[in-house]
Amino acid sequence: MELVVFVLAAAMVLVGALGVILRSNPVHAALSLVLTLFGIAVMFVAQEAHFLAAVQVIVYAGAIVVLFLFVIMLLGVDRSEDIRIEPFKVQRPLAAVVGLGVIGLVAASIVASRDAIGGGSGSLDTPTSTGNGDSNIRQIAESVFGDYVVAFEVTSILLVVAVVGTVMLTRRVKSGKDKS
Amino acid sequence: MSLLAAASPTSTWYLLLAAVLFGIGAVGVLVRRNPLVMFMCIELMLNAVNLSFVALAKRLGDIGGQTTVFFVMVVAAAEVVVGLGIIVSIMRKRPGATADDITALKG
Repeated sequence: MELVVFVLAAAMVLVGALGVILRSNPVHAALSLVLTLFGIAVMFVAQEAHFLAAVQVIVYAGAIVVLFLFVIMLLGVDRSEDIRIEPFKVQRPLAAVVGLGVIGLVAASIVASRDAIGGGSGSLDTPTSTGNGDSNIRQIAESVFGDYVVAFEVTSILLVVAVVGTVMLTRRVKSGKDKS
Repeated sequence: MSLLAAASPTSTWYLLLAAVLFGIGAVGVLVRRNPLVMFMCIELMLNAVNLSFVALAKRLGDIGGQTTVFFVMVVAAAEVVVGLGIIVSIMRKRPGATADDITALKG
């Protein structure tokens, strides 16, 4: 059963990822990205990360992709571009070599170290909370608001800075008046 | 059915899938010209890393991996907001610009 879930989710992730880089229309690429993100969310559920799966769907598929689509429509680039034109002849073969090299090196190191770290059967369920559906959320809350509470507070500063910076970046300065 | 039960996916499978996803995203950043699609490929790579964090959190029995994914998601959201703001302000001046047209970083 877990194998079926893994295979289906992996197919979703890989088809979506290939769609992002192969579809010529940016809207289709964004929708392929949604497919990938949902596949990742399924994998989070399969790995007992229920809270992150919910956040993945809400933040990534719900907010970030909608933001992408909003910008695509706003800029009017929602038409197919011709991706067969290639200004630099060697770029695509080189990119394929780099991509396959990255995949090969990382995969080789993963396979070589598959017995080195952990037992492969670790479980996040503590004995007292096994069977409790909220145990993942409780554990992650204790971690975020306990050990990493300073980083959590800094995160709020980061979000405020990002929002203010974006408003400043995209604000139209009225012509004819002094730029204040 | 016993074969399927025996072949239960371990965290190594998830890590290999994350490696493939990261490679696809890297190729996309290198190949595509549209800045928006390049951003989507960066999101692909971030998600690959998130997947490997969650797989290792399960393997090691450490919740810290999932906490890190939480912070990565927050930073990714902020990064997308700022990046799309930059793209909008560039595209407003030069409609239809690709990554080749904006190499000089001048307005």
